[in-house]
Amino acid sequence: MSPRFKPGDAVTVRRAYPPGHLRTPHYIRGQAGVVERICGSFPNPEELAFGRDGLPARPLYRVRFVQKQIWPDYRGAQADTIEIEIYEHWLEPATEGKTHA
Amino acid sequence: MRGYHDIGGLPLGAIDRAQHDYALWEKRVDAMLVLLSSKNLITTDELRLGIETLGADAYERLSYYERWIASIARALVARGVLTTDELGRRMAEAGQRPEQDA
Amino acid sequence: MHDGHPHPHDRRPDNEGPLTDYQRMEIAIRALLIEKRILTADEIRRTVEAMDARSPALGARVVARAWTDPAFKARLLGDGTAACEELGIRMGATKLVVVESTPAVHNLVVCTLCSCYPRALLGLPPDWYKSRSYRARAVREPRAVLREFGTELADDVTVRVHDSTADMRYLVLPVRPAGTEGWSEERLAALATRDSMVGVSVPKTA
Repeated sequence: MSPRFKPGDAVTVRRAYPPGHLRTPHYIRGQAGVVERICGSFPNPEELAFGRDGLPARPLYRVRFVQKQIWPDYRGAQADTIEIEIYEHWLEPATEGKTHA
Repeated sequence: MRGYHDIGGLPLGAIDRAQHDYALWEKRVDAMLVLLSSKNLITTDELRLGIETLGADAYERLSYYERWIASIARALVARGVLTTDELGRRMAEAGQRPEQDA
Repeated sequence: MHDGHPHPHDRRPDNEGPLTDYQRMEIAIRALLIEKRILTADEIRRTVEAMDARSPALGARVVARAWTDPAFKARLLGDGTAACEELGIRMGATKLVVVESTPAVHNLVVCTLCSCYPRALLGLPPDWYKSRSYRARAVREPRAVLREFGTELADDVTVRVHDSTADMRYLVLPVRPAGTEGWSEERLAALATRDSMVGVSVPKTA
């Protein structure tokens, strides 16, 4: 699968709450960030958890988010970030007005 | 819907910085996971899913490697590598002749 | 709720008192796997020995090399896995991302979902790294967590938290301590503590 996103792209994490094994933390769903790098492609852990091979491998990204936008009570610098590895199928392009540094 | 393991951002308390030395049985659990994974008899994500579905109470009460071995047991039975019956029989025997368990 | 406080099971000494159900489970599974010729006692023993041989000294070597060799540091930041291979350290199935701390930026690593940790470089993780309190709070209030570890950062320092959610593993390349000009790699490595490579602390001073 060739990557849909590239470094610098503004993306949003989908708001979905399925059961099963997920590696997209609850706290980041629905949040907007910027792709920091493409990590490569890896078998899907949601499938590996059930003993299947998780293929075809899916692109994995490191996405950077601004802490002050994630946590309402965040105490720290404006520039503080949190960076998380997120699989492509959890990401959508960010819509206008929702992009963040 | 939020897994009880999915705790990033929850308002929990002070961090206990004390450390314990790993017991041999704990290292063996870890070693078995590494070896079984290398032989494609389990995946790390099967291990994780098993831990995430032990139940919130077990997640609280069991220690780290207790959760691991419980999850490994379930995964191996689910895969047909072991049966519940042979596991139960062997567990009952464990500890009766320590030299056999070493 | 334990709220991060330890419970007795974290500190049970090996081979003292009656076996717990889980210790029996470990004994039984190991015996069955050996009997079925799926694993051998020897490979289990060798895997434990390999685990024991890994310690933060490995990561410290990488850090010391990066502090003294700018070209190595550039390769390390570009591809952590490949750079570690140069030093004979293999990552296995995961990939290493090395994040550089500077006077302006401080990095902190956590795995909120479980306990992912760069074991190939640091050995087994400490209990606090796997604790619910660390995993919950490091992402939301990193500065308060750092303060608990005795690390104070100036207000204008940027804090970057890395949540190890998938196939990457993280090592912090801490700021080289002042007053270490001309030091050998071996001497420098002694300053690179495990806690500084996770990001809860800074290295020892010269």
